[in-house]
Amino acid sequence: MHKISTSTLRPDSKTKSSGRAEYISDIELPDMLHMVILSAGIQHGKILKKTIPPLPVGYHIIGSGDFSGINKATIVAQDWPFFAEDEVVYYGQPVLAVVGSDKIECGNICSKIIIDYEELPAVSTIDEAVEFFNDYTIVKGKPDECFKSAGRILENTYRTGMQEQAYMEPQGMIAEFSGGRLTVRGSMQCPYYIKNSLNNAFDIGGDNIRVIQTETGGAFGGKEDYPSILAGQTAAAAIVTGKPVKLVMDRRSDMLITPKRHPSLIRIRTAVDQSGRISAMDIDCRLDAGAYESLSGVVLERAIFICTGAHNIENIRVRGRSMKTNHVPSGAFRGFGGPQALFAAEMNMYYAALELGVKPVDLKRRYQYRQGDRSVTGGTFRDDIKLDQMFDIIERASDYSRKYKEYERPSSPGERRRGIGISYAAHGGAFTGSGEQEIIKSLVRLKAEPAENEDFKHFIRILVSNVEMGQGASTTLRKIVAETMGLPLEAVIYTVPDTDVVPDSGPTVASRTIMIVGKLLQDAAEELKKNIDSGSPVLTAEKRYVHPEEFEWDEETFKGDAYPAYSWSINVVEVEVDPITFEVSITGSWGVYDVGTAIDLRILKGQMQGGTAQSLAYSTIERMEMSGGRPAQASFTDYTIPTTLDFPDTECFFIDNPYRYGPFGAKAAGELPNEGPAGAVAAAVSQAVGRIITEIPVTPEMLEAASR
Amino acid sequence: MNPNVIIEFTLDGKKARFETSPEKRLLDVLREDAGIKGVKEGCGEGECGACSVLRNGRLVNSCSIPVIAVHGDDILTIEGFSRTESYRIISDSYAEAGAVQCGFCTPGFIMATAALLNENPTPDEGEIRKALSGNLCRCTGYTMIIEAVKSAAARMAGSE
Repeated sequence: MHKISTSTLRPDSKTKSSGRAEYISDIELPDMLHMVILSAGIQHGKILKKTIPPLPVGYHIIGSGDFSGINKATIVAQDWPFFAEDEVVYYGQPVLAVVGSDKIECGNICSKIIIDYEELPAVSTIDEAVEFFNDYTIVKGKPDECFKSAGRILENTYRTGMQEQAYMEPQGMIAEFSGGRLTVRGSMQCPYYIKNSLNNAFDIGGDNIRVIQTETGGAFGGKEDYPSILAGQTAAAAIVTGKPVKLVMDRRSDMLITPKRHPSLIRIRTAVDQSGRISAMDIDCRLDAGAYESLSGVVLERAIFICTGAHNIENIRVRGRSMKTNHVPSGAFRGFGGPQALFAAEMNMYYAALELGVKPVDLKRRYQYRQGDRSVTGGTFRDDIKLDQMFDIIERASDYSRKYKEYERPSSPGERRRGIGISYAAHGGAFTGSGEQEIIKSLVRLKAEPAENEDFKHFIRILVSNVEMGQGASTTLRKIVAETMGLPLEAVIYTVPDTDVVPDSGPTVASRTIMIVGKLLQDAAEELKKNIDSGSPVLTAEKRYVHPEEFEWDEETFKGDAYPAYSWSINVVEVEVDPITFEVSITGSWGVYDVGTAIDLRILKGQMQGGTAQSLAYSTIERMEMSGGRPAQASFTDYTIPTTLDFPDTECFFIDNPYRYGPFGAKAAGELPNEGPAGAVAAAVSQAVGRIITEIPVTPEMLEAASR
Repeated sequence: MNPNVIIEFTLDGKKARFETSPEKRLLDVLREDAGIKGVKEGCGEGECGACSVLRNGRLVNSCSIPVIAVHGDDILTIEGFSRTESYRIISDSYAEAGAVQCGFCTPGFIMATAALLNENPTPDEGEIRKALSGNLCRCTGYTMIIEAVKSAAARMAGSE
């Protein structure tokens, strides 16, 4: 183990525990106004007329006409309006906003506004959807020939549901406009995405736009996209009124109108040759994008690039489409298309194993990726893949094989039925393809500042746009710099991102913060150390990302190395199913992870345990159904995220497998725990009930209905 | 809107008097009138526990209590509690266990821990899980929080 992996105390623990950490809802500015959004109460329709009551002095209406640039947020695609223009396309779509000094009064005015609509037919589900935003096909090898000569063709369909990020801090933003400068602060993952989006929305000049991150109370992808909408709405109001404008969502509106994980419908045909080997797969992957494209194209890419999971299938045809439906646009959520694809891939291997008469784990092990294999996009797995070593670890910890055999014997009537499942997962780190090089072009800066101190002569200030949102980046990035420069951790300062101060090192997404930004900081730290040691007067160092030459990628054909490195996991989950109520209890959970080198074992373990809980819940208790285009579960009363009583502790193991382009060998970590557990849960429940589970979340109602 | 009323209660050990709207929740008066921002609003429906305070020593969700109901009561928030020795032990345990990630739920969890350890200084894991089941955390999966509570209980027993 590298010594950097040793756990350190997070300095932000104390300010957060004492309640002194300031989140956006805690910030008050002089003369600040509040903003209340009027959301569409229908799913799809033309706006015929807006009837607005007389406004008290100091109250304003803000709408689609208040953008001097374009009334659309830039969230990869540029199609999602801040306010609807002549048509609403999803329930809850912002139509107008009321701004004024008293929030309750704003709400009262809002409730008196009448919007007349001509309702139009709406599309609610993937099954009904015909239109799509993206349609991609990738072919690896010769799948058509394999299907022609196949001895058997297996076919099954897999579904995953919507999932709400449920960060504990609801979304919020404050915008100010004074002296020609716009300042926006709030809870966010991507300060420069917001700056860019505002620059397109208002003709005020990019130099006049400043975005500041405030303490961010969890995000999980949910604060990648929607903060750009909130920033545009509050900025429009600040520009119109000349006063600071605040919008903090309450939990219900946050759950009703912010993006969630894409539901998926994935059909897999599997060709088995005459010798019983899986020769090819034909995969049709549809994601429910909602009413605007937003970032669905990129989520879809990640889903299809990993469509066979951690398994090497020689011949593949995969078609992916992001389907257009009338509900809130689906968005980013930890895993970003991976969890859907991996659930289908894992359950398809389970299904194939049953059909071929072998144990699921044996089939998964037989096809697991090995060094030198080709990925779905024809890239090469260049690094050592240690899945065998990882299997040995999880087998010992969970006693998987013995339990699997034991749970195969028929249970007596009335007995609680038990099952155990194993899943394999891979997660490609950082942006897809050439994104880091062509789109993000990450730039980091380090600055040495004099320190009056016996232990060190300089404070080293980290200047990056990657945020602390709970995941520990403000500690782990400091550890990388401190370790590189041979300084104590206290000598390294993390700067809270403010676009006037920090360079654009890219968004806090895609498990890229340590792997990409951390590596650039390590390189900058080496340079700065040399400068200081040699007495050079240059006390700053900057590094810009350069994609390693060995990786090739063609964005047109999706051929090549989709990701520079993959992280790997194996999960085992054990369940009991009540024979009368069909309630599923998770009784054991284990995970073994290859994330290269751990930068901090305790922080990493916190990531894995937290992400695993989200995934266990994704496959069992977190159900969000759309009813007439609106979430039927829009509060923590109806949408149940895990409590202390729902799941056992996840036992975590890490193997050391340093990645040559990562800081101290680290690669992607944050999203990995959300990839595998759902497939392990479904496999365990399948064994317990003696019937394959192809849809998550698996609920008692579904199990009961299927048992009849 | 109803005219303002006068509400008096003990807040973090001191007598407090507020002339405020009777429609407000205790949470609103704590955050808006008293300026105690450490009490967080996570859901506003009594599900998440981010707004937890102690009312006469018992753990309550301040979002679910009309302020007029606490007239004459003793209310302890994270701001008052964070000045105590018990807080130091509990918050040290949270930091060392890695129980704090995004931190939005943490003041509520600290108050729930305080309430539990007041009532039951030697809780077993089942009792800890039950006592904290009214507080939601989305980051940790709870394992490290439960370790923190065990550690705090052991330290408090040791310091007596």
